[in-house]
Amino acid sequence: MGILGWTYVFVGLTFALYIYVAWRTRVADTKGFYVAGMGVPPVFNGMATAADWMSAASFISMAGLISFLGYPGAYYLMGWTGGYVLLALLLAPYLRKFGKYTVPDFVGDRYYSSAARLVAAACAIFVSYTYVCGQMRGVGVVFSRFLEVDINTGVIIGMCIVFIYAALGGMKGITWTQVCQYCVLIVAYIIPAVAISMMVTGIPIPQIGFGSTIAAGHPDAGKYLLDTLNIIAKDLGFVQYTATFATVNTNMLNVLCITFALMVGTAGLPHVIIRFYTVPTVRAARISAGWALLFIALLYTTAPAVAAFARYNMINTLNDKPYVERPNWYKNWQRPGLVAWVDKNGDGIIQYRPGAPFVGRPNFTGKDGKFGQPLLANKITTNKNELYIDRDIMVLASPEIGGLSAWVVGLVAAGGLAAALSTAAGLLLVVSSSISHDFYYRIINKNATEKQRLLVGRVMIGVAVVFAGYFGINPPAFVAQVVAFAFGLAASSFFPIILLGIFTKKTTREGAICGMVAGILFTGIYIIQTKFMGVGNWFLGITPEGIGTIGMLINFIVAIIVSTFTKEPPAEVQEIVESIRIPRGAGDASDH
Amino acid sequence: MSKDLKEYWRKNIRIMTWLLAIWAFVSYGLGIILVNPLNAIHIGGFPLGFWFAQQGSIYVFVVLIFVYCALMRKLDREYDVDE
Repeated sequence: MGILGWTYVFVGLTFALYIYVAWRTRVADTKGFYVAGMGVPPVFNGMATAADWMSAASFISMAGLISFLGYPGAYYLMGWTGGYVLLALLLAPYLRKFGKYTVPDFVGDRYYSSAARLVAAACAIFVSYTYVCGQMRGVGVVFSRFLEVDINTGVIIGMCIVFIYAALGGMKGITWTQVCQYCVLIVAYIIPAVAISMMVTGIPIPQIGFGSTIAAGHPDAGKYLLDTLNIIAKDLGFVQYTATFATVNTNMLNVLCITFALMVGTAGLPHVIIRFYTVPTVRAARISAGWALLFIALLYTTAPAVAAFARYNMINTLNDKPYVERPNWYKNWQRPGLVAWVDKNGDGIIQYRPGAPFVGRPNFTGKDGKFGQPLLANKITTNKNELYIDRDIMVLASPEIGGLSAWVVGLVAAGGLAAALSTAAGLLLVVSSSISHDFYYRIINKNATEKQRLLVGRVMIGVAVVFAGYFGINPPAFVAQVVAFAFGLAASSFFPIILLGIFTKKTTREGAICGMVAGILFTGIYIIQTKFMGVGNWFLGITPEGIGTIGMLINFIVAIIVSTFTKEPPAEVQEIVESIRIPRGAGDASDH
Repeated sequence: MSKDLKEYWRKNIRIMTWLLAIWAFVSYGLGIILVNPLNAIHIGGFPLGFWFAQQGSIYVFVVLIFVYCALMRKLDREYDVDE
């Protein structure tokens, strides 16, 4: 059986599994629908959280990103894992003890205010929505690359699958499918990583192989891999792989701000936070954060190793080699336009150097050049680089680079889809619960019956899927840009308010609302100015990716100052704060 | 809040503060601020600062959460607020 056959087998099998699991875990009440009945054991909640968190970008793009960045890739690695320490120590146990259904629930109750609830619900929807559009696109991209269907068909298939299991099983269905999806994606990630580690260094553990010497039979055998990468980079004119603070415009403060904004943003993402509502006890909430990070760390510590192996391999097999001798994986990934070569000096040899070889993504003319290379319609740049490499290829081609058989390629496709679908489902549930629980039930129709609420929840998942699918098919030009938004806004809106809500009794309604509004406005305006209006990074040279840190500080300061001038919270609210600090009695979610 | 519970909360804050201090030191300290001096030291093929930034900090994060769980479990029992 060929690659395509195996891909259909794995994708088909995993999809059937997800639907089966969703059917087995279908729910009939709102508690099951919003928080999985609060009965998820911590280890499984850890797996579900890991799948929920690791998106198509983590699975497909992260290793490639690190591969091209070298050391600065660490900001993302630390940023996207360090947030779990904040979650475990500062948020998860207390929010679980509070025990309602959504993040706006906490904000609304703790700050005794429908306005605060509305602001929080609007933020939750915006943050989750910007994120989910990217996931639907990711599903389409995986489909088109592996199954040779058109991206739009892929998005529609993905929409149908997510809708079926999210609407049927709500949070419970999503949780158990995410557990399966975690297993699929981690196996799919680790197998090629181990194979490449074996091939390059002879050591089966990528995390160790990464710091070892290159195995016999390869160029530079016997030398340390990272040293070799540095030497290669220097020879070709790139920044050295382990060199620090080398990228343009990197000041230390900005680096710290970016890392911190990613950490706080991770801890403030509603779809991650609500996962900790689904466990039975406070203790389970703490420990499941540990499991979640352990499961995430498996992939996140493998990714930088894959990045280094892939870079070594890519340069050695392509650079200064005749185009006609290009490896098989090059041929496979040229068709979808993930690699392209433009023979600037007409010598038939691939030269890989810094800089973009041409402007934009490859746009093949359909004609071939004299070495059989597809010709490009793009505007050629003046630098010496002839090779275009899409960063996603570092993972997508990893089974072929590692010399694995066709079925592993199918597994990687299923893994990429698992990563995209699991994140999409978690986000869709946040959008749906914000509308059906926080808006509809808590504000519009307080007398809604259980049945009505469940129906509205399901309908809202449907609506959200359709919208997400629409933006997946017609991605707004700014999709890549909005990721900074999602993290920046999560950092500058939720995190400070929830933290103050738990650790102080005196933060008032007015303080919280002013703090959130100030944080969001500052962060939002700064990102819009710098990303879309061409204004320079006017605040201490901090880039839009790191500005959430400043927005968070503004939120804190405004909330604390306003609170000192306003009437202190009512006694019953102060009692809520006292009670969430004590684990005992978490029991069931109070169903209002 | 009773005197006992105030003490419980104070001890909780202390545990948290220490663990977050380690968290910040490893990631921002060893992984970013001190990365250049640390890179002078090599462990196998890894410059040490680079290793902390791309590997070590993540391992430390995982350990920190499990240590937190264990310490809090002990504290919960000591003050009789466990579940």
